[in-house]
Amino acid sequence: MTEVPFPDARVHFGVFFQGVNHSTVWSDPSSGSQIDFETFRRVATTAERGLFDAFFLGEGLRLREQDGQLLDTDIAGRPDAIAQLVALAGLTDRIGLVATQNTTYNEPADLARRLSGLDLLSEGRAGWNVVTTDNAWTGENFRRGGFLDHAHRYERATEFLTTAREIWDSWSDRAIAPSRRSSSWLTPGAVRTIERDTDHFQVAITPTLPRSPQGHPVIFQAGVSSQGRDFAAAHAEVIFSPFGTNFEPAREFADDIRTRLVAAGRPADDIRILPGTQIVLAERESEVEEKKRWVLEQQITGATALSLVGQVWGRDLSHLDPDGPLPAEDPEQSVISGTRGAQRDGQDRVAIAGQWRELAESRGLSLRQVAIETTARFGFAGTPGQVADELTRWVRHGASDGFNITPYLVPTGLDDIVDWLIPELQERGSYPTEYTGTTLREHLRLRPPLTRR
Amino acid sequence: MASESAVRKSLFAVGIELDGEGYHPRAWRRAGHEPTLLLSPRRLRAQVAAAENAGFTFATFDDSIAPAGEIAGRIDAIGRASFVAATTSTIGLVPVVATTYGEPFHISTQLATLDYASRGRAGWLAADDPDTARTWGAAPRVTEDDIRHERGDAIEVARRLWDSWEDDAVVRDYAAGKFLNRDRLHHIDFIGETFSVKGPSIVPRPPQGQVVVFGYGTEQSGIDVALVSGAQPSDAVAAVQRARESGAARVLVDLTVALDTPTETAAERLADLGSDVTTNRPVPLHFSGSAADLVVLLTELSAHADGVRLHPVVLDEDLPVLARYVLPALLRAGIAHRPVPGSTLRANLGLSRPANRYAKELTR
Repeated sequence: MTEVPFPDARVHFGVFFQGVNHSTVWSDPSSGSQIDFETFRRVATTAERGLFDAFFLGEGLRLREQDGQLLDTDIAGRPDAIAQLVALAGLTDRIGLVATQNTTYNEPADLARRLSGLDLLSEGRAGWNVVTTDNAWTGENFRRGGFLDHAHRYERATEFLTTAREIWDSWSDRAIAPSRRSSSWLTPGAVRTIERDTDHFQVAITPTLPRSPQGHPVIFQAGVSSQGRDFAAAHAEVIFSPFGTNFEPAREFADDIRTRLVAAGRPADDIRILPGTQIVLAERESEVEEKKRWVLEQQITGATALSLVGQVWGRDLSHLDPDGPLPAEDPEQSVISGTRGAQRDGQDRVAIAGQWRELAESRGLSLRQVAIETTARFGFAGTPGQVADELTRWVRHGASDGFNITPYLVPTGLDDIVDWLIPELQERGSYPTEYTGTTLREHLRLRPPLTRR
Repeated sequence: MASESAVRKSLFAVGIELDGEGYHPRAWRRAGHEPTLLLSPRRLRAQVAAAENAGFTFATFDDSIAPAGEIAGRIDAIGRASFVAATTSTIGLVPVVATTYGEPFHISTQLATLDYASRGRAGWLAADDPDTARTWGAAPRVTEDDIRHERGDAIEVARRLWDSWEDDAVVRDYAAGKFLNRDRLHHIDFIGETFSVKGPSIVPRPPQGQVVVFGYGTEQSGIDVALVSGAQPSDAVAAVQRARESGAARVLVDLTVALDTPTETAAERLADLGSDVTTNRPVPLHFSGSAADLVVLLTELSAHADGVRLHPVVLDEDLPVLARYVLPALLRAGIAHRPVPGSTLRANLGLSRPANRYAKELTR
């Protein structure tokens, strides 16, 4: 690579407070509460000190289960995303606040209104990560209960988002009376009622809120299926991709998204791509491998490894030695549905087991080592200077616009990134030295909302 | 958490309703700012801080998903309460959340989240909002029976979800590799007429154990605090009695207040606002007059009720008078008590922290 295609590109950072999954280490003494507000305050204010664009929360709709029992090896128990982000809005000034929210188990009038509330109270710092769900198991906690097949859930998501945007566009810019002496609080005719009568929505909505300083909440999306990518190209402004470890697949994904954007009639730079990743920093090069191994072993403990392998084998393996070999017998021929809410739902057990056995034999790996090798999408490890070089290379060569970092420890896991890595990036001219705007849209250098150009 | 010594029958709670610009539909004409500032975070924070500094026990935030009344702009009540949760330290935060059409799972987890962010100061005024069916895209609930039923079911689901994690469910057992003790987590298996909810919650048991549930009227079940009123103080007192007989743990009287200010009498202010304050509005008990006379009325009510909720007709005018003259007099007389930092809303209402319904009755 001789030519640098994006020589002025900068690294954008978000932080993903995960709240569930084994990537957050809970066994270390510095690991804090996963639910006390102080933990969230600490992470969000550290990220703001580090000039991050966004603080990002996932959504919980049902606790994960394995083989009919609640999964007990990982962290779990987290707040409602929007309520928590609004509380954080009261304590922060600049950082964007992004809530993951489902289009299957919400209704447009309610969700669009709560996102508007977050956007107004944060003065233009809200984002919405649009997700869909298709399993009836999650639906057991909700009125609609129900199952939507893959196609219908995107159909509903598209209509939902269209309706949300109409809600956000329903107040004219001068809807509220300019003066206490005006004849009415609301200018007559300044708010439009939105009516829809489709398979998914039969509603008449008169919204209660004007737009925030950034127009609309920024739309985030995370799907990587072909349908998900088209949805992103048509609607999203930021993509969370899973390609946060290896450069080539990340660039292929980014190129594909840029192509789809142009095909959808949008400029190729109309979306920010932020792969989810983790960053492990060591002061000296000689310490890097050891620290990386320590993080992986904290994340995938013996119990977690037995649980992960048990998901594939479809039975309880907690009696096995995690440092011994994989189970002697093959799993039953079936697809995985043992862990509700897990990544491998729907994949073939025997096929995965075969691949894992091959890996174990060729490299002499224990059960736990196989679990580590096959589960961890690692991210970046190195000295602050090494990682700064690599991240700068990524953005300047079009593999991403930045990263959504999951700290492996909360609340302290961002400290070394802010204190060590960011100064290195700033020295390379690939990270800002101050917030130049006040809204999330400005931080991400995005254009106005799609419906308001 | 609520220590037993903090639980005293004599506590008299003084709450304030902070929605919009005040109780009067045209309060915005006399507000201390232009209409466009109503929805600003600065104004919200300043107003709640003023109520907290005055010594109010709690603030409520009225709400509806659809516009109601002359002021058509409104941020959702959970949002307003959450926004001030971490920047206040003593005042209880009680959003109105309607049970009609909303998702009980979301309502429950949002309120539990508010309880964590406020460190145990969350309440919930569980209200009905039957006229918003088209907004939700739901089949309308028409009969009183259906509406009451849905409210009861939603409260029951929220309560079960708050208990679905026992207090010691997070064990962090490093030797066993277990973050949770799954025996301390519970499916709630609620099956009602319009919805069913499996559980458990995604949020661990809130700091107060159960968020304090407020409700309207003398005959509501499943609530901790009943809000009642009456056209005359004697009617309100009779309503207090009826609510007690139906089992409400605490009963508060709702009343509107229009106070004399340093420059105008309450009567002059009401005349300027125009039309009758009672028109199409839900609170029937009205006070209009001097701060001293309001103190006399509240002192009388304190012999019968566990507290009051005041609806100032114009927040920017009446709240300063309440803060300067009314609350100090009640505090000096030992009728009201300024909540101390670290106390929960439950403790400040004289309610104890409830046992968990799912905890097994055995010594561990």
